[in-house]
Amino acid sequence: MSDDHGHNPRPLSDVERRAQALEELLTEKGIVSGEFIDRVVEAFARDIGPMNGAKVVARAWVDPGYRQRLLADGSAAVAELGFGGPEGDHIVAVENTPEVHNVVVCTLCSCYPWPVLGLPPTWYKSPPYRSRMVREPRALLAEMGCEVPEDVEIRVWDSSAEVRYLVLPERPAATDGVGEAELAALVSRDAMIGVARP
Amino acid sequence: MTGSSALPRDNGELVFDAPWQGRVLAMALAVVEDRGLVWDDFRRRLIAAIAADPDRPYYESWTTALTDLVVEAGVVTRDDLDARAG
Repeated sequence: MSDDHGHNPRPLSDVERRAQALEELLTEKGIVSGEFIDRVVEAFARDIGPMNGAKVVARAWVDPGYRQRLLADGSAAVAELGFGGPEGDHIVAVENTPEVHNVVVCTLCSCYPWPVLGLPPTWYKSPPYRSRMVREPRALLAEMGCEVPEDVEIRVWDSSAEVRYLVLPERPAATDGVGEAELAALVSRDAMIGVARP
Repeated sequence: MTGSSALPRDNGELVFDAPWQGRVLAMALAVVEDRGLVWDDFRRRLIAAIAADPDRPYYESWTTALTDLVVEAGVVTRDDLDARAG
């Protein structure tokens, strides 16, 4: 609009002008509304994020039946805890074990299990991560501070429109008797992508 | 609001670097829903936009993909958009 002349101290960038033009035209056609956009943005800022996935992981750690259901049908198990929505139809949980470390990438764009992890971090969308995690996962993981012992197999999962992977990390040692909420606090976003251990 | 510490998040990182990024994200959801499309219709265009310019900032590619989607779905024309964006 006209904000680039006058009272706005910073001119709008080209992409901001295009985004604004899109919003105006789509609003005029009744396809989007400011309320809808505000609701989505607010949800990602406040309600949808890795704290959801952490609850899923903690439940799987304390409830063997839930763990089985999560590994059998990720989306259904996630929905049991009330999480769903866009990009959540085909969530597959992959379980770390003493022998196997799983890590998730989207080589083509940025596919990610939104309902349990929110939106992906910047590095997940970066070209180096997307290419190197496939080519040299052990080296890249080490650079990211996640040393995987040589005798542990690394499995790299390429998320796509069909499947969004969630890593189920190993429960940390010496947490017997720790409550589910406290366990959830131990689960980081990066552990559920597979670039960290909880 | 300066820096990523202004709005602390559960695992550290801000979701959007600037408000327009959240708005284009939400618009893609709305268009897919309203037009009876599937998410892959958007995703294919996002993949193409990223492949066309791999170093372009992520939400700029997103905006390009959204533009392609609405133009190819016949919702708006490029001329309308160009005229409006000035």
